[in-house]
Amino acid sequence: MSVVTNTTTIGAIDAPSRRNTELVLVAFAVLISVFAYANVGLALNGELPAGMLGYGLGLALLGGVAHIAVRRFAPYADPLLLPLATLLNGLGLAIIWRLDQSERFQATPNFAAAASKQLMFSAVGVAIMVVVLIALKDHRILQRYTYISMLVALFLLILPMFFPAVNGAKIWIKIPGVGTIQPGEFAKIIIAVFFAGYLMVKRDALALASRRFMGLYLPRGRDLGPILMVWAFSILILVFETDLGSSLLFFGMFVVMLYVATERTSWIVFGLLMSGAGAVGVAMFEPHVQQRVTAWLDPFAGWGKLAASEQMAKSLMAFGSGGTLGTGLGQGNSDLIGFAANSDFILATVGEELGLAGMMAVLLIYGLIVERGVRTALAARDPFGKLLAIGLSGSFAIQVFVVAGGVMGLIPLTGMTMPFMAAGGSSVIANWALIGILIRISDTARRPAPAPAPSPDAEMTQVVRP
Amino acid sequence: MSELTLTVMRLGFLAVLWLFVIVAVQVIRSDLFGTRVTQRGSRRTAADTRPQQGRQQQAAPPQQRQQSGRQRRGAPTKLVVSEGTLTGTTVALQGQTITLGRAHDSTIVLDDDYASSRHARIYPDRDGQWIVEDLGSTNGTYLDRTRLTTPTPVPLGAPIRIGKTVIELRK
Repeated sequence: MSVVTNTTTIGAIDAPSRRNTELVLVAFAVLISVFAYANVGLALNGELPAGMLGYGLGLALLGGVAHIAVRRFAPYADPLLLPLATLLNGLGLAIIWRLDQSERFQATPNFAAAASKQLMFSAVGVAIMVVVLIALKDHRILQRYTYISMLVALFLLILPMFFPAVNGAKIWIKIPGVGTIQPGEFAKIIIAVFFAGYLMVKRDALALASRRFMGLYLPRGRDLGPILMVWAFSILILVFETDLGSSLLFFGMFVVMLYVATERTSWIVFGLLMSGAGAVGVAMFEPHVQQRVTAWLDPFAGWGKLAASEQMAKSLMAFGSGGTLGTGLGQGNSDLIGFAANSDFILATVGEELGLAGMMAVLLIYGLIVERGVRTALAARDPFGKLLAIGLSGSFAIQVFVVAGGVMGLIPLTGMTMPFMAAGGSSVIANWALIGILIRISDTARRPAPAPAPSPDAEMTQVVRP
Repeated sequence: MSELTLTVMRLGFLAVLWLFVIVAVQVIRSDLFGTRVTQRGSRRTAADTRPQQGRQQQAAPPQQRQQSGRQRRGAPTKLVVSEGTLTGTTVALQGQTITLGRAHDSTIVLDDDYASSRHARIYPDRDGQWIVEDLGSTNGTYLDRTRLTTPTPVPLGAPIRIGKTVIELRK
């Protein structure tokens, strides 16, 4: 009869801070990356690579600094975001280093080792994340800059138009002495702030004022304004910068946030119709986009004739030769892809050397980051934080889909980089900043609510009046 | 480097990668469960219930034995919240007294503006019959449609209404 008087309390679960879980997982992620690095060295040269210690220490330092910053400035943050990002970054570094070792690459005239540069950019990225955590005490501060961030994002998006095209797309700006920057990666975060602030204010008008027609809520003509504007703007990006990726990203992100803000399926239908019409329309007359579509429809037909098709075909062959379990790190031939093998096509190396099993694990890790973002949005207590978190994780998901789908031949290839893994300074830095903002929102969301008054008085009970 | 070592490393790396994914999923598993049941106050209650328990045992040993052995046939085994903010919460009935109210030491803490801090309690009498008693609440406790004035036995499945919350006993 010991159970007779056990008191049982039923209450909402309170999230523990779980910082120690995070520390263990970050250490695990660093170990996996060092393992990958050692594996590449053993496979290529038969010995442990010389830079392993430096690489391992560098990555451990990055993970450690980021973890201490989270522990100090965002103690209730989600425990998974940081380890997942660290693992992707470390794995990407190992694969970039592996491609650096390729003799085919080293023979090309303008070869430059990318791994050490990428490690430096990762350090800058983690530093930016720490700065975000320190400077952004509360994500709701961003709400004040709704319209300023719109202007800044537009500026960043329009800027590359005035710079010469690189490889057919105008998404880079060149600053002498600093290098090239891809402003679209940063614009993605800033425009999420604008969409979140804007939709928070306008969502009632967009959600409620509608007529029902054939099971769909049709918005009024004048409420179509914002979506039409964003659509027109992404078409303009597509035409003038010939970049399908960022165009899809911005429009997709807006539609996702619009849907989340209004709970109306009709926006998704409109969004899909409009992006389909826009993409097909532009592909009709824009040669760069047309080329990509041709390479997508029949990659092997353009072998030896069209560089884009050949690259696409080689990527597909890399996936094929990997099979289920892969050829093993450092033992594939994905360096045959040549140009952009370590940035846009880095997934082809993953697919070849780690096989379908490794590819699935990597995609799951991306999926988990998105899941944590969406979970953060669900848990956030303020509508702005909800929309911002869903916008950021939505854009992350769209980017992963667009790149992975492009490399695997599901959709036409676009010039975007795989977040965290691909070589490219802007992408790594911007994505660390994105993770920083998500960590900040999740810290606010998971922080225990202030305790209610110790003993509610009987007076607080409302009296039912007949 | 021998072929065997490389194969082992290749499979080992995939295993480690998947292990990471599985560990990560284990970490988020806690998100899937909405509420947590904590057992607490064991020392204090154990101390001040022992005499009470002894008294009960002296008073009615046969029933006690029957109750602690196997549940009577047709006796409710759980209490289910069927309406209100705590909808879906269930508490296993193991012979303990269940207090309901907004006070934080209640068994079921009601987040309900129309509930009093100590609203009602549900307890088994000596025959193992479950009794609901109103503890002088502001808005009253209703069994079916009738407002309770005295401790009343609860039939299986009868709705007990407290403010916006409805609970019932089920098998």
